[in-house]
Amino acid sequence: MMSRTTLDLWVGIFVALGFAALIFLAMRVANFSGFDASTAYRVEAPFDNIGGLKVRAPVKSSGVLVGRVASIRFDTEIYRAVVVLELDARYPFPADTTASILTSGLLGEQYVGLEAGADIDMLKDGDRVLITQSAVVLEKLIGQFLFDRAADAPAQ
Amino acid sequence: MNGMFAALASGLRHIGALTIGGIWRLGFAARFLLAVLLASGQSIRRLHLTIRELYFSGVLSLLIIAVSGFFVGLVLGLQGYDILQRFGSADAVGVMVALSLLRELGPVIAGLLFASRAGSAIAAEIGLMKTTEQLKAMDMMAVDPIARVVAPRFWGGVLSMPLLAALFSAMGIFGGWLITVVVIGVDDGAFWSQMQATVEFRYDVVNGVIKSFVFGAVVSLIAVFEGYDCQPTAEGVSRAITRTVVTSALAILALDFVLTSFMFRGL
Repeated sequence: MMSRTTLDLWVGIFVALGFAALIFLAMRVANFSGFDASTAYRVEAPFDNIGGLKVRAPVKSSGVLVGRVASIRFDTEIYRAVVVLELDARYPFPADTTASILTSGLLGEQYVGLEAGADIDMLKDGDRVLITQSAVVLEKLIGQFLFDRAADAPAQ
Repeated sequence: MNGMFAALASGLRHIGALTIGGIWRLGFAARFLLAVLLASGQSIRRLHLTIRELYFSGVLSLLIIAVSGFFVGLVLGLQGYDILQRFGSADAVGVMVALSLLRELGPVIAGLLFASRAGSAIAAEIGLMKTTEQLKAMDMMAVDPIARVVAPRFWGGVLSMPLLAALFSAMGIFGGWLITVVVIGVDDGAFWSQMQATVEFRYDVVNGVIKSFVFGAVVSLIAVFEGYDCQPTAEGVSRAITRTVVTSALAILALDFVLTSFMFRGL
């Protein structure tokens, strides 16, 4: 049986190694810089169609991550989807900001893109983004294209 | 005809006895867990007992955990690269390696290795103490064997398991990095930046740690319980060790499904 101090030394090394691994995972592997949910502010954005948007999808402005989608629900008063955006308190947006649902790459995940307006008032917690642009639905796009072709055809 | 009925009846009786025995053991295990938790005060007051068990279940498992994690990472890197390069997204191999290790493989494989390396040792030790009537002797000297023997081993296992799983994941990511970046030649910057952009601390890392903590508690409980409950014979100890490993493995895999369905449902 080894002495108690040697034992303590080995256990100390073990615990230090374990915590070093945890810190490595937290700092190097994961993005620990994720914003603090307690200081984030939430705004609602009604959309006609959210496409394939999911909860926790990124909210980006000019390509920079500024928040995440907190929840998605269907509002039976306005009969539209209401997406709750959780935005980092470091990034205030004007009240007339435009929210649109975009796709990263051709087949990538969908995210909410914010485009700042020019209003002096800023969005506050619980506010509603009024100007929104829905997700592009491929079937509607093709339908529109075919419709336009048919409409153009007799004129020629 | 009569013989057939007798065979059927004895078969039924056997199933009934197995069921009742299983439920009885489950109840005993729950009562045992309560007794261990109530007797845990001494594991904190006499910390050197717990530290000694941390050495046996944690430090002695370090090598097997680190080496296995490294090899699992190597394999994940190779397989991930092979699949992802077909879709032209070989840069995402870091994401695949990190997520599969942090969410599933780290806690699960570390838990299985922990059950076979440390869990079996704990069950054997306690079982042999029971067989040689050391537990009874302690009881005679007014030393509570659950507080003196069982609780420190339980807490040693519970505390060392999350650290071992974190080490396993870290070694696996290092192995994946080694094979894809150094050997195959995936871009180093893309490997890390894609990983950091996708892996989230609270969602991926913390959930993995919670999983490993739960597995550590379950494996430690099964090990101390099987040791404490074993038949005090040489055969009984060997059966307790086998049961520890088998039950732990089943419990880890079943619990992993339950925990995953709570944690990652891709809403």
